[in-house]
Amino acid sequence: MQLDIDIRKTLRSGKREFHLDVRLQCSNQRTVIVGPSGAGKSLMLKAIAGLLRPDSGHIRLDGQVLFDAEAGIDLPPQARGVAYVFQDYALFPHLSVRQNIAFALARGWLNPRQHGQHGRDASVEYWLDAFQLGHLAHQFPSELSGGQRQRTALARALVAKPRALLLDEPFAAVDPTLRVAMRSELDELQQRLQVPMVLITHDPEDATVFGAHVLSMHQGRIEAESGMTEICYN
Amino acid sequence: MEHAWPALALSLKVAGWSTAINLVLGVGVGFLLARWRFPGRDLLDTLLTLPMVMPPTVLGYYLLVLIGRRGALGAWLHEQFGINLIFTWQGAVIAASVVAFPLVFKPARAAFEAVDGQLEQAARVLGISEPAVFFRVTLPLAWRGILAGVLLAFARALGEFGATLMVAGNIPGKTQTLSIAMYEAVQAGQDDTANILVLITSVVCITVLLTAGRLAPGRIANQ
Repeated sequence: MQLDIDIRKTLRSGKREFHLDVRLQCSNQRTVIVGPSGAGKSLMLKAIAGLLRPDSGHIRLDGQVLFDAEAGIDLPPQARGVAYVFQDYALFPHLSVRQNIAFALARGWLNPRQHGQHGRDASVEYWLDAFQLGHLAHQFPSELSGGQRQRTALARALVAKPRALLLDEPFAAVDPTLRVAMRSELDELQQRLQVPMVLITHDPEDATVFGAHVLSMHQGRIEAESGMTEICYN
Repeated sequence: MEHAWPALALSLKVAGWSTAINLVLGVGVGFLLARWRFPGRDLLDTLLTLPMVMPPTVLGYYLLVLIGRRGALGAWLHEQFGINLIFTWQGAVIAASVVAFPLVFKPARAAFEAVDGQLEQAARVLGISEPAVFFRVTLPLAWRGILAGVLLAFARALGEFGATLMVAGNIPGKTQTLSIAMYEAVQAGQDDTANILVLITSVVCITVLLTAGRLAPGRIANQ
């Protein structure tokens, strides 16, 4: 994954102002960004996914321009080919696990049916199996545990075959005992699939486990862990 | 007595059409006001809510001014298309629609505002087009709140009296709706007819309210 970010965004809420000023270049499969809450990590991730429009700068992924303020390019989230796993997973509450996972496969104005063409798609079956969700396929998100929700969210994201996986505090919503198991699960999954991933977290422990390329972020700015921004390795 | 069944049939027809119109307009406007920020949004919301608090006769008068033979819109419709809405059942539909509009639009706006925007974002990132996001995520999640409002609007349109009388008049078999027939029956001392009409109206309204109560947002299994 070649990720090249250089963006600025000013957000105002009442009299408070927040400046996001991110410069980041990396070419490794795993990037972890650590920072306290309110550092702007989610904003940066949203900008990559196209959910937040920066005021200026550019974002490039694998040579493709996703956003360029000067050139007037701003690809909609639909055209960016990235996957976003939200902090609380944002599973569709009105759809079953199977329908959630098959969501991206149905392109029309109707949701995939539980037993319809998209619900029985081979890749849906594959992910249901891979994440041990087969027996939960007909359950709704409200009936799942934290770990099952996260696996459903990951499966839903991976079915779309994204170029990069953006993970927003993936372990914040689960209890500490489960967290350790889920970290190694995601670690193993990422190595097996070789999906490039950008993970943001406030928990330094996450960085130690995933540790390939760790950056820290404070008050809207990226600071390299080692004091150098250019370090990238696999 | 012979006016009771045609009056019921007409009321159902008028209420049905006005509910269909409000379903499209109320849901559309509710969605726009929930998602679009523009200057004058609160003022527009207030204006669209007015029919809920204004006397129906005042609304009827406004409608006469607007769509009457000499009204701005009415004169144009008559000249261009030969359409006349006053003293017709279509006029009654317009009157009932205006009166019941806030009952659809208000809950629809609230239901759309209650939908977690993050779910729509999740759908967009998964590559789903904007209209599909609306039909696959936003609308299904807001649906119950909208439907409850739609049922209330149907009941309100079914019992509409003041504005309908002003716009459509009281022509038995043509524009005489249930509540107007009832008023006439009482005025003429036909207690049998009045009793039946009251019974029919009450049963229909109770049924609608019970159904609406079951659909109200509070009853959804918490998602």
